[in-house]
Amino acid sequence: MHKTNPKPEYRKRLAYSAALLGGFAMLAGAALTLGHVRTRDDIAARLAEDRQASLSQVIPAMLHDNDLLQAPLTLTLDGKESKTVFRATHEGRVSAVALEMVGQGYGGPIVVLLGLDRDGKVLGARVIAHNETPGLGDKIEVKKDRWITTLEGNSLAALGHKGWQVKKDGGQFDQFTGATITPRAVITAVRNGLDLFEAHKAELLAAGTE
Amino acid sequence: MSTDYKRIIRDGLWDNNVVFAQMLALCPLLAVTGTATNGLGMGLASTAVMVASGMVIALFRGLITAEVRIPVFVLLIAAIVTLVDMMMNAWLHELYKVLGLFIPLIVTNCAILGRAESFASRNPIMASASDGLFMGLGFTFALVVLGAVREIIGSGTLFANAALLLGEPFRFMELTLLPGYDGFLLMILPPGGFLALGFLLAGKRLLDARRNRVAVQPDPTPAAEPIAG
Repeated sequence: MHKTNPKPEYRKRLAYSAALLGGFAMLAGAALTLGHVRTRDDIAARLAEDRQASLSQVIPAMLHDNDLLQAPLTLTLDGKESKTVFRATHEGRVSAVALEMVGQGYGGPIVVLLGLDRDGKVLGARVIAHNETPGLGDKIEVKKDRWITTLEGNSLAALGHKGWQVKKDGGQFDQFTGATITPRAVITAVRNGLDLFEAHKAELLAAGTE
Repeated sequence: MSTDYKRIIRDGLWDNNVVFAQMLALCPLLAVTGTATNGLGMGLASTAVMVASGMVIALFRGLITAEVRIPVFVLLIAAIVTLVDMMMNAWLHELYKVLGLFIPLIVTNCAILGRAESFASRNPIMASASDGLFMGLGFTFALVVLGAVREIIGSGTLFANAALLLGEPFRFMELTLLPGYDGFLLMILPPGGFLALGFLLAGKRLLDARRNRVAVQPDPTPAAEPIAG
């Protein structure tokens, strides 16, 4: 534009550069704030839909007549940590619960969504986030392999803590060829979830959630 | 001064291709090209960001001083990427679930800062937008080619999950080229990316070298004449 003109004097001052940088920071901040406000509700709605979709995979629709996302229960563990539990009710009676458990896999945390019925039997489990090696550890995804469905119908009462391990450790569940850490992490996460259910059974199954 | 759009197109797509010539943007390149579909999605998202950042920076180029240009560019690019991230999450959620991981990686794409510095900061808005567009398309081309090579060798498919990215009508693009193929894990993992990229770069050099030889060599018939004479 004014390439041939010499630079005006004020542009050489330090204050100009500082004001320029500050001005752009404010501009970017304003744009981001506006963007956040405009997208916030839509993003929350999409996340709720996602959660609903994964919950419906671990709790069969016939078991409940409520909105699973409604009135989640917050369990307090050890005074500090808390865990959100989604409850399925049928005619006011809790028929199943769903909770997220985290296991430590080969490539970082593995998040497992676990659905349990009143007796602590696994209705379904799905890995909803992980960072395992493609082709080896990602068989924990139900899209890639049926392995995770072998957990269904089992309970802590039937198998005991010894049973809830991979076969290599003396338990009931298969590991994968070339990947033991990943399925072990999933099984451990689910076992911890079962323990948690046993410990807080009374609170979880208390009626009157409506 | 008129803008040479032909030059911009040639530079962006081939002569000065982000990956094959400038060797930029290798971090997102190697991270996402496990499949051709991922490469395509990442390429298109980067293209959108490059066009937008090129225009914004060209718009403000008269104001920005040389001393603070880099922080200002970084600030603007980061803001644009974050906006794209939020908007895709809200309004293109299915696509976001596939590509969401990669959007923040666009910030690490030094090609965007490179174009801001070397083109958008000294050219008008329209020229910068088209530079961003063709640099982006060149980048997309590189990503898709690399993704396709790795996907075919690594898992025997091509454009897996394309319907998820582009919509149901594009399901025909999903091909299984080698049915019953067990897969070659190395190609999907990062080392495979380096290997495939190395071969592609060598291939581009060979092609260019051949083109130059043909262009430099004079037509044999007139060259023969003086000897005969």
